[in-house]
Amino acid sequence: MSILIDKDTKVICQGFTGKQGTFHSQQALDYGTQLVGGVTPERGGETHLGLPVFNTVQDAVSGTGATASVIYVPPFYAADAILEAVDAGIKLIVCITEGIPILQMLRVKAAMEGTGVLLIGPNCPGVITPGECKIGIMPGHIHLPGSIGIVSRSGTLTYESVHQTTAQGLGQSTCVGIGGDPIHGMNFVDVLSRFQADEQTKGIVMVGEIGGGEEEEAAEYIKAHVTKPVVAYIAGQTAPPGKRMGHAGAIVTGGKGTAEGKVAALKAAGIEVVSSPTDIGVAMKGCL
Amino acid sequence: MNIHEYQAKQLFLHYSIPVPDGKQATTPESAEQVAKELGGDGWVVKAQVHAGGRGKVGGVKLAKTPAEVAEFSRGMLGKRLVTKQTGAEGLPINSLLIEKTYPIKRELYLSVLVDRGSERIIFIASSAGGMDIETVAHETPEQIISVPVHPAAGLQGYQCRKVAYALGLKGSQIKALGKIMQGLYDLFLAKDASQIEINPLIETDNGELIALDAKINFDDNAVEVHPDIRAMKDADQEDEKENKAQQFGLNYITLEGNIGCMVNGAGLAMATMDLVKLKGGQPANFLDVGGGTSVEKVCEAFKLILSDHSVKAVLVNIFGGIVQCDIIAAGILAAVEQVHVAVPVVVRLEGTNAEQGRALLSNTGLNLYAADDLAHAAEQVVALAEAA
Repeated sequence: MSILIDKDTKVICQGFTGKQGTFHSQQALDYGTQLVGGVTPERGGETHLGLPVFNTVQDAVSGTGATASVIYVPPFYAADAILEAVDAGIKLIVCITEGIPILQMLRVKAAMEGTGVLLIGPNCPGVITPGECKIGIMPGHIHLPGSIGIVSRSGTLTYESVHQTTAQGLGQSTCVGIGGDPIHGMNFVDVLSRFQADEQTKGIVMVGEIGGGEEEEAAEYIKAHVTKPVVAYIAGQTAPPGKRMGHAGAIVTGGKGTAEGKVAALKAAGIEVVSSPTDIGVAMKGCL
Repeated sequence: MNIHEYQAKQLFLHYSIPVPDGKQATTPESAEQVAKELGGDGWVVKAQVHAGGRGKVGGVKLAKTPAEVAEFSRGMLGKRLVTKQTGAEGLPINSLLIEKTYPIKRELYLSVLVDRGSERIIFIASSAGGMDIETVAHETPEQIISVPVHPAAGLQGYQCRKVAYALGLKGSQIKALGKIMQGLYDLFLAKDASQIEINPLIETDNGELIALDAKINFDDNAVEVHPDIRAMKDADQEDEKENKAQQFGLNYITLEGNIGCMVNGAGLAMATMDLVKLKGGQPANFLDVGGGTSVEKVCEAFKLILSDHSVKAVLVNIFGGIVQCDIIAAGILAAVEQVHVAVPVVVRLEGTNAEQGRALLSNTGLNLYAADDLAHAAEQVVALAEAA
């Protein structure tokens, strides 16, 4: 088993015929993802990458039976795309787009309340169950089917964690990049609870960074509910306060959201926190 | 994105938020003239810089005569103001805000921001105005009230009354505060602000409420659709290299160390800085070359790092996913052709096309060290910077 997605997950792509959508859809198909079609308004009826194009997500769902959607539309169209997917009955939405205005995400999240739809991202690499299904922009070839669940706010640090757990021969059950924006979909706790319930997952790597309080919430959750070993790393220990470190959400304001605070909270919860990003794989192996 | 206080107050006026009578000035003569036009018997001269803590370091001065306004203005204009928020170099004072003074009965605090925990716009208010709000929150949290606004319902009258009563306001002040809060909320939504702060919001001797200070931050992701806000940008208040990076779509932040870092991905860039520090070095910058990068972008990034003369060694750390390592290598080579590279460069390339990238770099006259292990790369760059 894995979490969220597997070899049977049917996926559509919103922004299918664009440059990003085309490139990453081809990569997903090469990886073996059951990508069954895509959506681009006014292009319905065409065929792209050998798959049907639909005008609306509703048409795509009716026509393909897809339950997941990946979004590669520009920032000012992304909120609309997410809500269209929610409206059409998509169960898992993965929004890769970076740069969505925060007030738009605030409204999207409020509109999604009570729908039960899962959102990953925005501003994230996506989600992958190695060997089965890849939804997002991560390089597929570095992954290895295995036993480690990875959850991270950063794309490249997810790859780093994958690389190291692959090198240790552990492999990954599922890797979820929850994204670098201050307001986003699934958080650490949402993913951790699924890893805890997943039989294939034997250990968990959690990569956090400065800004917000989700790592602290995760620490409390892990202490109370997670029995599997967790290795954590927090990026941004040398980041100056008040500066946005690339990710819109990676900022220390008013002394809140510091790396030290997060590391202390995780350690207090009994979690192994590595101080070097190069020690993640070795530490994980040591915990098993 | 930040704007100046005088610009924020102009926006306040558009949204019916009362501010002191005042005007911006850029010369001592015009400052004196502004004071005369405003009338009254007291003025405040406020240095316009993108940083708080101005009052404590001579950036806010009370003048008793228009001549004194000119004198204080002369003392400030053209200087750099160093506050606890600016760093050692400080920020240039190129303009001033001259305002009438008002008899202050009480100083209050009012702000509105996006609270990422609750995913709501929230108002924060306190009767302990004029102070650092974080200190108040820490020492006397009972003096702070916060009100979350549901995006569908918008700001409600009862929420404004709740804040007004908590601040000890009475009578017509209740309605006046409601008007200020509604103005702030409308401004926040219309211009995609990320934070608006009034500290202090004063109650004058005759009970009026006036925004004595005004600070607005805007959501960088939305500035693109607000040309009026974009036009308020003052590049002089920002780091030159950070501005240049922005033009090329790079995320760059100047730091105080001597090891230049070029990395793909914000998380890995932060982690690389941390690792340099962990190995005993000091990063000179944060730099994320981003996902969809090109030879030109990498070339500019590399030149940007080298334009910092405190840089003694450079660490390039790329985990090629979508980014192809050979593009990074080609970008570095393009930069080498354009500028002289005197410092050693440690390169760690991993992932997509890493072999091709390494091969490209090995055939140059560059003082280059190839590392295939990140920990080792960090150790090496720290040693090279120390030896330089």
